[in-house]
Amino acid sequence: MNPIFKHGPSPGHRLLLVLLCSVSLIFFDHKMSSFDHVRGFLQSMVSPLQYLATTPKQMMSWAVENVTTRRQLIAENTAYKISELQFHQQLLALEIVKKENDRLRSLLASPLRGEVKKMVAEILSVDSDPYSHQVVINKGSDDGVYEGQPVLHDEGIVGQVLHVGVNSSRVLLIVDVTHAVPVRVSRNGVRLVASGTGKIDRLTHNFVQHSTDIQTGDLLVTSGLGGKYPEGYPVSQVSFVSNDESREFMRVYSTPIAQIDRLRYLLLLSNEEPVSIFAPKNQQNKKNSKKQIVEKNAKVTN
Amino acid sequence: MFAHNGVIILLTLLVALMASIMPLPLSVDAFRPDWVLIVLIYWCMALPGRVNIITAWVMGFLLDVLLGSVLGVHAAAMAISVYIVAENFQKIRNFSIWQQALITGVLAALYHLVVFWLQRFLIDVTFLTSYLYPVITTIILWPWVFYLLRKTRRHFSIK
Repeated sequence: MNPIFKHGPSPGHRLLLVLLCSVSLIFFDHKMSSFDHVRGFLQSMVSPLQYLATTPKQMMSWAVENVTTRRQLIAENTAYKISELQFHQQLLALEIVKKENDRLRSLLASPLRGEVKKMVAEILSVDSDPYSHQVVINKGSDDGVYEGQPVLHDEGIVGQVLHVGVNSSRVLLIVDVTHAVPVRVSRNGVRLVASGTGKIDRLTHNFVQHSTDIQTGDLLVTSGLGGKYPEGYPVSQVSFVSNDESREFMRVYSTPIAQIDRLRYLLLLSNEEPVSIFAPKNQQNKKNSKKQIVEKNAKVTN
Repeated sequence: MFAHNGVIILLTLLVALMASIMPLPLSVDAFRPDWVLIVLIYWCMALPGRVNIITAWVMGFLLDVLLGSVLGVHAAAMAISVYIVAENFQKIRNFSIWQQALITGVLAALYHLVVFWLQRFLIDVTFLTSYLYPVITTIILWPWVFYLLRKTRRHFSIK
């Protein structure tokens, strides 16, 4: 190379060209979101790099898993057995409650809750970008992941799938600035929207009226209204309420229940039929006829 | 690109990309140095004919895809930072190693601020001083990366 007699366009021209490219990319990606399909393709293109980058960490955890003493294993095993026993007992009770709930729901002519398919995914990498809160998981369109799929931890809602690659996909977390979940207070059913703040331990709730009954410590669960998240999963716990009358609305903050910074395995839910309060027509008719039969029976007994 | 062991340049850039997405504990994560930027600055200073603004933009674009940010944000910031090196590489070459480290720090700060401004413009993020922590680690890292990459360049006689 000869640095004295350079050929090709000057750095200034190159910068101009490149910045024009950037501006058009930003415009088409952010404002028009016309890159959604390309994103999936790009995601699968760079996924080998992500798999490679996570290898050291996986080797470490493999070593940790393999270098355990017998005693540790026995202790863990006993703990699992005990918790399995407890869960099994709870499951028995749950079956009965579920049947009862189904019966009551059919009496109320509301649709039965369908079984939700679940898939376990492992986190490949967490973003180092401080402006967004996303993680990459090791399941993609080959495993049946789709865009907008709700993602859970064992404690609560974690986020939703943003871009899907062939064998890895990207999950947007609930604490991201661009994310919001429709929730309700589980104590009294007041509806709110939980928006991310970009801080890992805080969600904010905008436009809460002063007269709203909400206290610190209230559990917020998904309301299922957006159609993205199924109903009734815990999202966050109210951590701060300020009822300052000089402001237009109340200030309410809450802390996510799932420990967003300590995730490793995630659950992906996929429900074929959207869970909603408003039943589709044919289902409602069926329920109505059932209800009439029940009413008839009641009359007969009367 | 591939003549005179140019593959090695590509390899170092890929390693830098991997280092910038490698999972780290949350407390250390805020201090993650800008690996890609450091490596690009070195190559642009040493071989401005091989690595220039276009390369920087492509690497920034890959970083955008890897980090899941809006496409073009990191690419633009990276291109702007490397543009300054490409315009002044003859001056920067003659500085002492610590002066170079300070210049790298200024460039890293510029990079982070451009990313922040663009993100601020696109989504309403608020500024935290922790966004500039990587600048410190980048300054500390520069001499080591510089010697390592120079050694690599001489060993493989990359021209």
